[in-house]
Amino acid sequence: MIRVIRAEWRKLRRPTLFLGTIGAALFFTGLTNTFLYLMIDSEGGNSDRGREVGREVLNLAGGSVYGFASVGGLLGVIALCVFAAQTAQEYTYGTLRNLLVRQPGRLRILAGKLIAMKLFALILVLISAAVSVGISVALSDRAKVVTDLWFTSAGFHAIGQTLLNVTISVIYFGIVGMVLGLLLRSPISAISIGVLWLLIIENLIGAVKPVTLDWMPGNQLSVIAQGGSPDVSYSHALILGTLYVFVGSVIAATLFSRRDVAN
Amino acid sequence: MTTVAISVKDLSKKYDSGFAVSHANFEVPIGTICGFVGPNGAGKTTTIRMLLGLISPTGGTAEILGQSISHPEKYLSQVGAMIEGPAFYPALSGTENLKVLATLGGFPIERVEELIRTVGLEGRGQSKYKTYSLGMKQRLGIAAALLPNPKILILDEPTNGLDPEGIQEVRDLLKKLASQGTTVFVSSHLLSELELISEFIVMLRKGEVVFAGPLQELMQAQQPIILVKTEKLADLAKIIEIAEGDGHKATIRSEVAHIEGPAEWAGALNKKAFDAGIVLTQLAPQLPNLEETFFEMTGDRS
Repeated sequence: MIRVIRAEWRKLRRPTLFLGTIGAALFFTGLTNTFLYLMIDSEGGNSDRGREVGREVLNLAGGSVYGFASVGGLLGVIALCVFAAQTAQEYTYGTLRNLLVRQPGRLRILAGKLIAMKLFALILVLISAAVSVGISVALSDRAKVVTDLWFTSAGFHAIGQTLLNVTISVIYFGIVGMVLGLLLRSPISAISIGVLWLLIIENLIGAVKPVTLDWMPGNQLSVIAQGGSPDVSYSHALILGTLYVFVGSVIAATLFSRRDVAN
Repeated sequence: MTTVAISVKDLSKKYDSGFAVSHANFEVPIGTICGFVGPNGAGKTTTIRMLLGLISPTGGTAEILGQSISHPEKYLSQVGAMIEGPAFYPALSGTENLKVLATLGGFPIERVEELIRTVGLEGRGQSKYKTYSLGMKQRLGIAAALLPNPKILILDEPTNGLDPEGIQEVRDLLKKLASQGTTVFVSSHLLSELELISEFIVMLRKGEVVFAGPLQELMQAQQPIILVKTEKLADLAKIIEIAEGDGHKATIRSEVAHIEGPAEWAGALNKKAFDAGIVLTQLAPQLPNLEETFFEMTGDRS
């Protein structure tokens, strides 16, 4: 298993992928936090879907990571793309046959790849969290947000809790990407279907019939990152999100372990 | 200790469209070079994939080094393979691609540089795979197959894209490996190349094994032929008449008469041609080569 993880890490650490992914994550992190603080008095809102997040919220102990929690869904989409591409490319490049000749334990290959990609996602989340808190501190004065509670024990607890929630969310998004990669065997198909569903179709359906968002997989994973939302509770999102990921993983793993490798 | 490297018993793979491989039986002795030939779509790659545990047979079984192919984990650490051409990550260098496989298989990383030199890629190991020519990709594929220092090397078209010098290098490498005890199971469409290096031949046609055994046995079983050229092209028809009159099958191909018959009959033909006033410019008794035998047995001239 360790060998599979190390082999996968060799592919993940290549500069274009590693730095490109971190760059994308930092771009979204910076953008979200900048909007959150610099547009705090905007009538058009300063958070996702035009919501207004005022000083009374950002002054709280969890204020330092409010922006980080909001960007969790986007970090998840990035993870979905990376996990999907890293999995499906083994089919399109024909490299899966090389991997299976060197490591015939198919579930071991799958588990090793997943662990390596989880480590990658964890680094992504940690860097994004640090940058997010840094931007929040840097912009707090200008936005007249009081940071007295941010670095108390309650503040650190909020940071830890948000970090955990975002990590769970990002890894769940990634697993969804991996499942799509295994099922569709093409990076372009897996990424486009995943992103199309999460960013467009779910939102369209939700706009027409808001109650459906309580059951949509992408929304559950985003709500996990936010630690709950006014419409969906954290426990509901966590249970349902875990169920979606578990069922998807079982189907994909079963197919992967039994399917002929013919390309 | 087993003396058989690969043993295939009644092995079949059936798809909805029919059999890709049908009840194949053959054995490859340890330490030999075995050519695996057949027309496109004959089932060569399907057979190789079954031997490597990539696809499951629908019938029969096979053993590699005495281990059933239903447990590939028991033998794959001793097998090197390149299937359907080289396949690597385009954004990684040749060296890094090999390191991925070396790490995965638990082989010493130091072996990577050694293999890069062995296949003649020194100086280009750090270049990205996507910048490689077809021949360089092929060399990297062979290096990857050699990573485990294999007891059995399974290569699917290893000389594709190589220049004549590269082909000769691969031929020498395979001979050297075989002399060191490695069993080489190699498919190629370059039958003249296989004829030069193979001791054993497995020939497939439409998923069925039409011959499996020593190359020498295959060639000796073939009808010898006599190639005849005449000074005047029109005399070739008379030569055909003479041959058929003596009960030998004969055809004209590319201004040469191909007559099925033993070498001893060439003298008689020469005398009869002289008596008929025909001047022969070539009279060459010979055994058919592997290519001609292949066409004869598979009926494939594509």
